[in-house]
Amino acid sequence: MKHFVESSALAVKIPSNILTLLVGITLTLISLWFGYNHSLLPIAASREAELVDGLFNAMMAVSIGLFLVVQGALVVALFKFRRRPGDLTDGPHIHGNIPLEILWTVIPTVIVFIISVYSFDVYGQLGGFDPNATGDSSQVQVAMLPGEDASAPLMDSSRAKPSHHHEALGIGASPEDEGKPADLTVDVMGMQYAWLFNYPNAGVTSAELHVPVNQEVQLNIKAQDVIHAFWLPEFRLKQDAIPGQPSELRIKPRRVGEYPVICAELCGPYHGGMVTKLFVDNQQDYDNWLQSQIASQDSNQTTALVLDQQTDGDFLAPFVSDLGVTPDIVQQVLPRDRA
Amino acid sequence: MSSTTDLVANATLDHHHTHDGATAHGEHPDFRLFGIMVFLFAEGMIFMGLFTAYLTFKAVTPEWMPEGIPKLELLLPGINTAILIASSFVIHQADIAIKKNDIAGLQKWFKATAAMGALFLVGQLYEYFHLGFGLKTNLFASTFYVLTGFHGLHVTFGLILIAAVLWRSRKPGHYSSDRHFGVEAAELYWHFVDIVWIVLFLLLYIL
Amino acid sequence: MTSAQLHATTHAVTSDGVPIYRKWWHYFTFNSDHKVIGIQYLVTAFVFYLVGGSMAAAIRTELATPAPDFVTPEVYNSLLTLHGTVMIFLWIIPAGAGLANFLIPLMIGARDMAFPKLNALAFWLIPPAGLMLISSFFLESPKAGWTSYPPLSLVSGQVGEGIWIMSLLILGTSSIFGALNFFVTLLKLRVPSMGLNDMPLFCWAMLATSALVLIGTPVLAGALILLGFDLIVGTAFFNPTGGGNAVVYQHMFWFYSHPAVYIMILPLFGAISDVLPVHARKPIFGYRAIAYSSLAISFLGLIVWAHHMFTSGTPAWLRMFFMIATMIIAVPTGIKVFGWVATIWGGKLPFNGPMLFAIGFISMFVIGGISGVMLASVPFDLHVHDTYFVVAHLHYVLFGGSVFGLYAALYHWFPKITGRMMNEPLSIVHFVLTFIGMNLTFLPMHQLGLLGMNRRVAMYDPRFADVNLICTIGSYILALSTIPFLINALWSWIAGKPAGNNPWRGLTFEWQTTSPPEIENFEELPVLTVGAYDYGLGHAYTETVGDRQQNHRHHEPAPLAHADSVSPTEPEVEVAVVAGNGHEAPGNQKCPLPANPDAAVQTEPEPEIVVAAGDRPEDRSHQE
Ligand code: HEA
Ligand code: HEA
Ligand code: CUA
Ligand SMILES: [Cu+2]
Repeated sequence: MKHFVESSALAVKIPSNILTLLVGITLTLISLWFGYNHSLLPIAASREAELVDGLFNAMMAVSIGLFLVVQGALVVALFKFRRRPGDLTDGPHIHGNIPLEILWTVIPTVIVFIISVYSFDVYGQLGGFDPNATGDSSQVQVAMLPGEDASAPLMDSSRAKPSHHHEALGIGASPEDEGKPADLTVDVMGMQYAWLFNYPNAGVTSAELHVPVNQEVQLNIKAQDVIHAFWLPEFRLKQDAIPGQPSELRIKPRRVGEYPVICAELCGPYHGGMVTKLFVDNQQDYDNWLQSQIASQDSNQTTALVLDQQTDGDFLAPFVSDLGVTPDIVQQVLPRDRA
Repeated sequence: MSSTTDLVANATLDHHHTHDGATAHGEHPDFRLFGIMVFLFAEGMIFMGLFTAYLTFKAVTPEWMPEGIPKLELLLPGINTAILIASSFVIHQADIAIKKNDIAGLQKWFKATAAMGALFLVGQLYEYFHLGFGLKTNLFASTFYVLTGFHGLHVTFGLILIAAVLWRSRKPGHYSSDRHFGVEAAELYWHFVDIVWIVLFLLLYIL
Repeated sequence: MTSAQLHATTHAVTSDGVPIYRKWWHYFTFNSDHKVIGIQYLVTAFVFYLVGGSMAAAIRTELATPAPDFVTPEVYNSLLTLHGTVMIFLWIIPAGAGLANFLIPLMIGARDMAFPKLNALAFWLIPPAGLMLISSFFLESPKAGWTSYPPLSLVSGQVGEGIWIMSLLILGTSSIFGALNFFVTLLKLRVPSMGLNDMPLFCWAMLATSALVLIGTPVLAGALILLGFDLIVGTAFFNPTGGGNAVVYQHMFWFYSHPAVYIMILPLFGAISDVLPVHARKPIFGYRAIAYSSLAISFLGLIVWAHHMFTSGTPAWLRMFFMIATMIIAVPTGIKVFGWVATIWGGKLPFNGPMLFAIGFISMFVIGGISGVMLASVPFDLHVHDTYFVVAHLHYVLFGGSVFGLYAALYHWFPKITGRMMNEPLSIVHFVLTFIGMNLTFLPMHQLGLLGMNRRVAMYDPRFADVNLICTIGSYILALSTIPFLINALWSWIAGKPAGNNPWRGLTFEWQTTSPPEIENFEELPVLTVGAYDYGLGHAYTETVGDRQQNHRHHEPAPLAHADSVSPTEPEVEVAVVAGNGHEAPGNQKCPLPANPDAAVQTEPEPEIVVAAGDRPEDRSHQE
């Protein structure tokens, strides 16, 4: 009888005494501290990355809090309510407590609501709702089947008939820049196992991406054969490159430096080698680079022809050194030539 | 769980539970039929998946119909549809007959249904051979053949069920007014095939 | 044949008194007994787990160093594809179906499933499909990941991909047949005294799971049929070259495969809800909330699939819808988690296999669940999609959740399944190794993903080498951890201590029959008199039909259930106090319950008293 009163009281007692309050405060502090003092993310090199990191840190703080609450309760229970040897009695007959159950329904609801709203906001600021980010899914036939000629014409966006679909596929301009054209446009083409970057205004094609710092850059992403995913970890952005469905990413780099460009969608055995570099240069360096490219590029030579003469190994060669793999290994594991 | 205790009381006071040989071995028209319905629901979900895929293709492909598809002829499929819908009413007559213990009636109506089903399949094949496109012509053609073909497979299976019932009904007393699960199962399946066709017809030919 | 006859013909007892109802070779035949089928499922699934685990060990060995030096990248892709497929379709899903097969009829007081033959068929589809899939490793194996996205899956080998599609179609069929059986059995075969709201929570979970299978799996079949046509006939449903659309496949695939993750976790949610109260000796906290949250999870699970496709060019408003819907799943899941914690809070927790794995389950699953909610946030997912952060998430929910849950369930029901107890020290060793190995393997993966390591790669940036090495070491500990379990299970099955009917003093029906349960489960069908979770009221089914028959000398000493708080003169007071909690009280009891049923048994009370007490079904049925 007495036992019952005690334990039922225990169950209804929602944090009310000083001790629980203290525990609560400590938990909150630990969560906040960890949420904002972890070294789990790489450098944030763009405006977008800073936004996403703010979101991540907040979620991390909430997560640590939830983690500590649940794990703490489990550990305490494991010690406090251990069964004594030979004890064959039952625990108290408590099979619910409506106020408590309502509480733990409402709290998670509120938390996920807040996270949703925050995410929604960040997504908007990234440019997710930009109506001009058109990814008209025009029917362009590009995927390459085995045995097909690699010199098949690359997708030519001018040929693609515009359709009535104007949905934002990818991430467009941030709300402030909406409607304004980007400072620089680069066409990105994913193919097994390399990225090609085409600067339409300069007529330059490169295997590395160079962009000037603090400028809006629009990347139009396409794929030639299978699905790839264009990922910039330091920019916290990723967009699949889907054959037949162009998409875009708009970024604003903020830090000069050299960052990896990674393919994040399984695209074949050498998916892991489909890595290249993004150089965020200051304007001067960028201009120099562009000039040197224009100079060295034979304007008649199309990329497709370059492709044709290369093997997969040649493709990977520039990048493998970063991977700690020798070109030999790559040649060895690559069974067939692309040509 | 307050209901537990109520039930306890009820069970204690007025429940007389039968010895359960029956539950484990006997005939249970009720839940076998329920089982068939659940199965048909799952089957229906395959069609739902395919229909949705078709609608999505249609929605996201800029030019629909793709070039090279002539306007579908409606006369033959229309007749075919009428036959199939009518057969659903015909097979129901068999159900009414068996509930009156009329085996001859059951056989008559089942044979009629089978004939109509076969006619439908023949009509379908005739259409296949006279269409101006093949399985691989384009996206519409592929979905067209896969959907109608998958449905045709179901019609064929329905015919097999009907044939099985007809075969069994030759044995006197196999089906009777209170023992006719097989008849009901075949009927249910046939209605299912029919309903799927109606949706399919609307999607492929009309919309 | 009546059950009595069956009894007479097959009844046997081992030298230490454990009943035997089947010869060993029955387990290799097309047997329609749900218990045989359940065991067939569980054992087969576990064998496939070892196969899938060996592949994981190969994967981790390859990833111990950045260079692709252990296997070629192509073999690596086959390994990870088969690892994912085997673990999901041949280990977790069949193991859940195995538990359901063994338990559902016992728990609801039925003699078998609704469709025993179909049930056997559902099982027998699995071994050939599994062997086919694995044999592909030696012919030409699928290499496009367990998700098998076209166009890649269309261009990386016709034979391997064809085998993958075929075996998945067969496994899907098996899964649908199984679910159909569970669904009909649960709805139609309960003993008349058991309403839906009296079912053990495992049954609720299986109801929700079956609904998901029936809705989702056929759509996967549809996707596979279309993919098969593209692959073999050369149509272009999903192939952009022919005007098709690759993303439509992803929608169809995830329409099944997101619900599939709940198909893999819900049965274990149910199992945990049944394991915890028995061992903690407390009623489940919030029965209805936990029961209905399974339904809520099923429903929500059907409308969130595109959270796997946030980067696939999904339109903005769709991304937002799927993000919010996904996050809401945290609410019903949280209800369960908090209910479990409240169940053990104040209980009497033993330090044994079932309890440790059950608590480990909650603890690990919560980590995976929380990372899931983070993944649901679109802006964050844009960063971590297809990275090791996702790999970490999926193993916390699938290994920390499903596998831990399965272990808890196996430790808990092993005595019922085999009639013998497992060795406790070994089960503790197993738990400790698994727990350490699990966290060592998968915790660091979160960081790998955040820092920029993508998944499904055989070669990676050397700056991730150290962390990967830790993961690899952890995975070897995991491999090691299966050894104590295997020894324990095999040895205990043959020579473990006889368990008696009800070693854990559980209240659900399965504990009222012999261990292992006799051929048609119950000599007399049980009648529901005590709620499945009414611990703390003084009920204890230690004496049951089978016990009295033959196992008398083995069963545990009768408990003095809750002796300090319940006395024969006080039951009404007790009811009042609990009712004062404001929750559905067990009140309105028409008859007071005896404080100590065992005392009643010993003194052979008047028959009327036994009926009034209403916790001795066997006595009542004798009276009828
Ligand atoms: C058993 C399997 C299982 C389970 C149960 C889950 C559960 C969840 N999963 Fe997971 N998931 C997988 C298996 C599973 N997942 C797999 C295999 C993949 C990868 C597939 C592939 O690509 O190969 C994946 C991938 C995956 C993704 C895609 C990631 C990507 O590829 O980019 C996402 C995104 O939203 C996601 C979300 C979730 C969420 C929100 C839950 C929720 O259900 C979790 C809910 C649980 C909790 C939240 C914890 C308990 C709750 C509380 C303690 C209450 C308080 C909590 C809060 C307020 C947050 N999962
Ligand atoms: C229930 C599901 C489940 C389970 C239990 C596991 C268990 C394990 N998984 Fe798996 N995993 C998946 C489901 C699962 N996984 C899925 C769905 C994917 C995605 C696939 C895809 O991308 O397509 C994946 C992918 C995946 C990857 C990522 C591959 C990649 O993206 O490149 C890795 C890498 O470390 C990994 C590791 C492991 C490990 C170490 C275990 C360990 O827990 C296994 C421990 C068990 C054993 C080791 C077996 C027992 C031991 C023996 C039989 C003795 C022999 C052992 C030795 C010789 C050492 N898994
Ligand atoms: Cu391209 Cu992965
Ligand atoms: Cu999911």
